[in-house]
Amino acid sequence: MAIKSILGLYESPDAGANALDGLHAAGIEPHQTEVLTGTPYPEGAFGEHVPQHRLFRFPAFGAMFGFTLALLYTAGTQLAWPLVTGGKPILAVPAMLIILYEFTMLNAVIFTVVGIIFESRLPDFFSKKAYDRRISEGLIGIAVACDEQKVSEVEAVLKRAGALEIKTA
Amino acid sequence: MQQHRELSEQQINVQLLNGTLATPRWWKWAVLGLLIIVLAGFSTFGFMINKGLGVTGLNRPVFWGTLITTFVFWVGISHAGIMISAILRLTQAEWRRPVTRAAELLTVFSLITALSFPVIHAGRPWRIIYWILPYDFSRGIWPNVRSPLVWDPAAIGTYLTGSILFLYVALLPDLGNLRDRTVGWRNRLYSLLSLGWRGNSRQWRMQTTAGILLSALMLPIFVSVHSIVSWDFAVTPSVEGWHSTIFAPYFVIGAVHSGVSAVVTMMALMRWLWKWDNFIRPEHFDALARLLIVVGTAWFAFTLIELLYSFYTLEAQELAFRDMQIFQWPWAFLFIVFLITGFFIPVPAWLFKRVRNSIPWMFWTSISVNIGMWLERFLIIVPALSRKQPFVYTWGSYHPSLTEMMMIVWSLAFVGMNMLLFARFFPLIPLFEQKEAQAFSSRIQIGRASVPAVLREQEQE
Repeated sequence: MAIKSILGLYESPDAGANALDGLHAAGIEPHQTEVLTGTPYPEGAFGEHVPQHRLFRFPAFGAMFGFTLALLYTAGTQLAWPLVTGGKPILAVPAMLIILYEFTMLNAVIFTVVGIIFESRLPDFFSKKAYDRRISEGLIGIAVACDEQKVSEVEAVLKRAGALEIKTA
Repeated sequence: MQQHRELSEQQINVQLLNGTLATPRWWKWAVLGLLIIVLAGFSTFGFMINKGLGVTGLNRPVFWGTLITTFVFWVGISHAGIMISAILRLTQAEWRRPVTRAAELLTVFSLITALSFPVIHAGRPWRIIYWILPYDFSRGIWPNVRSPLVWDPAAIGTYLTGSILFLYVALLPDLGNLRDRTVGWRNRLYSLLSLGWRGNSRQWRMQTTAGILLSALMLPIFVSVHSIVSWDFAVTPSVEGWHSTIFAPYFVIGAVHSGVSAVVTMMALMRWLWKWDNFIRPEHFDALARLLIVVGTAWFAFTLIELLYSFYTLEAQELAFRDMQIFQWPWAFLFIVFLITGFFIPVPAWLFKRVRNSIPWMFWTSISVNIGMWLERFLIIVPALSRKQPFVYTWGSYHPSLTEMMMIVWSLAFVGMNMLLFARFFPLIPLFEQKEAQAFSSRIQIGRASVPAVLREQEQE
């Protein structure tokens, strides 16, 4: 059975929240619905399902990876060719700390950004989900992913809640 | 929030994308003018490579001149972005909203410009690759991690990469917005860059968390960068005036002073050029000026402490150097200009509300700060090197050549041109931040007074 994406457009957050309540009452699971907005509304403003994430693990892994990389760059290279410079020890820890710190932080940032993109479920170029450009002009979009046979029922619920327009993809 | 104006999301889109979806008439002429200077700068760089560093005023014992001064200056300016963006995000300061992206952008272009100066200064720029990258070339020698030559690129490279990623992540919602407002190749470009952004709850939640998490990660990098730049000088025991324990915090606070001032300059220009009176308001300049009073005064205190420590030791060499730096021509003249422009004109002026709320006043005082801050770096570097040191056998003087002057002008034009090019394709003020400000603000009645109020979302577990 093909999954259809249906989008209802609403003028106000209240109408969007009512539509979402109606969908839940009609037996649509929270994970099947999405609230699309052009503004970051407070979490739960529409009574929507608040997704969990594991973003905080990413910087920790990144930091560990960066530290290891920096250790190879600083200690590994100096031990590979032990050339005394300026009378300093081959493994000059205070100087190494600077590089260790920067590489650790750099990789923590890079992994965090990868985590943000992954946890946002991006990139999403090819999925055929219903969307309307007026969402970024202030309209509230309530998107539903459902079986083909439920489309008419979902459309009726969205319409009852005062949808300005309903789109299907 | 007192001057807050209600606008619909559509109006915010139209007003803030006025320079992105259409080309303002002045834009082409401004970019063309700056492009000519930038090309002249690249030609000068080519001339320097062809003829060698002999065309600069550098000569023994002064081997660091205006090129390194300008490098430190731009690293300082780059501290604007994270200071404004990260700290204000973490503290949830409402007035950050129109400022953050411009500040982050200034960080990125300042750092790119700053990084190019040691490359230019190297004379044979391609050799830098052997100093930094662990490329085991024929002699089998690896980079010397005990040298600041490696510390600087590591710190600035980290800061630049982090700043670009920070800027990009915060740009995602606006790229989605631009995709919705464009057609043709621009639509394809924004579709690609926005990664398929739709604005669902998960994506907005990640945006909010990302802003705070990345700010927390970028702040320690921000502190480390100018500390490490200061160690280029402070780890040199033989040069009087450089071997100082307070150089790291002194450089960091100086960087914030010049960086935040540069943001003020930029905000005034943005308001005048794109007519964003509804978004960049006198209250924002007022808030920045209050911040600058604290930062400027702290920086001035560090300047005095630095001098106090020099005099307190009563070491003959150090006293002779300070005598030259403060009382002898031409350094004495530059020292007075540095103090007046860096502190005595702007900071007392900002004590007056009328100045803080006047955009022309804020514009000129912020420029004054950066004249002073460039001179500060020049006065740290050049006079100290001019004197005979234990490891050099001669005295010398330094006069910047025309090529070096050209490179300073090039750096200003390069940053300006890149900012204008960015503004033509991407919004300089985050649209979603403005919309969020409206969604989270309201007017409440307290007694007979109707006052603006800002709602703050409760932290999620």
